[in-house]
Amino acid sequence: MSMNSQGRPSAIPAASGTDAVTGTFTGNRGLQIEEPLIFEQDSAGRCGVDLPEAPKVASRLGGVKPRAKVGLPGLAEPQVVRHYTRLSQKNYAIDSGLYPLGSCTMKHNPRLNEKMARLPGFADVHPLQPESTVQGALELMDTLAHWLKTLTGMAAVTLAPAAGAHGEMCGIMAIRSAHEAKGDTGRTKILVPESAHGTNPATAAACGYTVESIPATADGRVDLDALKAKLGPDVAGLMLTNPNTCGLFEREILAIAEAVHGAGAYFYCDGANFNAIVGRVRPADLGIDVMHINLHKTFSTPHGGGGPGSGPVVFAESLAPYVPVPYVVHGADGFQLVETAGEGPAFGRMKAFHGQMGMFTRALSYMLSHGADGLWQASGDAVLNANYVMARLQDVMTASFEGPCMHECLFDDRFLKGTGVTTLDIAKALIDEGFHPMTMYFPLVVHGALLIEPTETESKAGLDQFIDALRSLAERAKSGDVAYFQGAPRLTPRRRLDETAAARKPVLRWVPPVPAEALAAE
Amino acid sequence: MTVKYTKDHEWVRVEGDVGTVGVSDFAQHQLGDVVFVELPDVGRTLEKGKEAAVVESVKAASDVFSPVSGEVIEVNHDLENEPARVNTGAQTEGWFFKLRLSNPSELDGLMDEAAYKAFVEESN
Repeated sequence: MSMNSQGRPSAIPAASGTDAVTGTFTGNRGLQIEEPLIFEQDSAGRCGVDLPEAPKVASRLGGVKPRAKVGLPGLAEPQVVRHYTRLSQKNYAIDSGLYPLGSCTMKHNPRLNEKMARLPGFADVHPLQPESTVQGALELMDTLAHWLKTLTGMAAVTLAPAAGAHGEMCGIMAIRSAHEAKGDTGRTKILVPESAHGTNPATAAACGYTVESIPATADGRVDLDALKAKLGPDVAGLMLTNPNTCGLFEREILAIAEAVHGAGAYFYCDGANFNAIVGRVRPADLGIDVMHINLHKTFSTPHGGGGPGSGPVVFAESLAPYVPVPYVVHGADGFQLVETAGEGPAFGRMKAFHGQMGMFTRALSYMLSHGADGLWQASGDAVLNANYVMARLQDVMTASFEGPCMHECLFDDRFLKGTGVTTLDIAKALIDEGFHPMTMYFPLVVHGALLIEPTETESKAGLDQFIDALRSLAERAKSGDVAYFQGAPRLTPRRRLDETAAARKPVLRWVPPVPAEALAAE
Repeated sequence: MTVKYTKDHEWVRVEGDVGTVGVSDFAQHQLGDVVFVELPDVGRTLEKGKEAAVVESVKAASDVFSPVSGEVIEVNHDLENEPARVNTGAQTEGWFFKLRLSNPSELDGLMDEAAYKAFVEESN
């Protein structure tokens, strides 16, 4: 086995069912570089910059001295640049290929958005600047708020929440404020369907509610009778995702809303899947009282590490009085931020300032460049793509529910029964084919879930390649080639990791190796 | 000494007025490798059917519901360092907590070994 300079195995070991790859002298595989940790590249005394000797000055730290060396590695600038460039090349992103992670809406981020977000008038403003100097930025927020209210049919919006889960918290806090304002303090429960995102019950619990789960029917939707049975004077609200995490539209949503309102509760919608219906269905028309919107999913702002989050929340008339500050209004001297709730019933603010300007700019850029017709087409194409994937895989994999899906299609592991191959194995083998895996084992309502969301980003040719790769894997699994799957992935910088050991005994700190002389002395 | 099961795949073994609670062998198979267990505090009062503990595997995190009501008198601290015990001995060394039953008649609503086995086979 080849080792890198730090003694870690680097070559791809031979596994049954595949050709062994010959090890190289360096451990590199072509341009796939076997990169040591930056601390392993430390060379004492090496420095990327030539600094003049610090002048001798009297310490004013009151005798405080460093206890030990800080331990930063010494590297030259090109080493550092190469290190991080090589690490970035190991990353997989929507910019490098199809990213079918269900429930995450990994869509293309148009570069126009980036250009707009970098305009100095939006990028270089400070939240404490006088309002008269940021009228353009405030107008942008006002215009974005207008679009979000128009697309959802809602009466009010707050742009402040930092991300989707923060938006959920904002919505549930508004619901609690509304009950409290009515003197209705006996409501201690929030109802959440089984297929919900984990953040829903977490939000309800964080807001002090107990969570009761609502079972799904055989067709993957909320069991209306079970919901009605749980509704009562102790229920504060329902948190529902529509389309739900099975990729299905909740057909009985009007009856659900009526039942929730009939019990004196409020209806929260998790807007994570708004991408499937934007421009086609207005959540307010479905009886929803409050909903968060993930700008990074529906309106193409960057995901995760690509930028700060943003989770605006829209409110129907029923909860509009509880919208938190700050928000933009048209004043006598132009746009103004309302910073205090005054005597109103609102619960205050979600954040120190008004939210993420860069994300507002990107989201509005996406909306304006697409136009109403473009947003309408994007949601339609997202649904069409998901149905195309489902239709072309249905004969070799097992779709969990009958009929068309919305923006994502859900399979379970019945097609793997008796093969010895698991959902996880399929995902690992898919990495060797050059794709990021789909979402696995979620939602929990089906066994061994494989949830695929292609988004509107992909062309038919791109989808066909992905589908053909999955078809070949499904057929290979059924042919009995278990060893191939259990050995996957083979072509990655590291083979299959021991996820159990990583979770049970995580190694969180790098420890310098024992010097060779010390080992020899033993 | 009787062992009873819930539809959520917890078991409770009753000796006198003390019940020992864990998850079934079927449940640990479904979960896969368990990597973390969160146990209730001793002294906490648990309600039948309400969340009592959390078990996390490489696949998912799941709530563990208390099969019966009562006060927690002991928890299995070994699981905090060695959650794998849930996999190796779900119904022995992998027990979660012990509680003093406040309403032993709740046991009547639970399944015995044979009924649970039939329930698992049916739902599978």
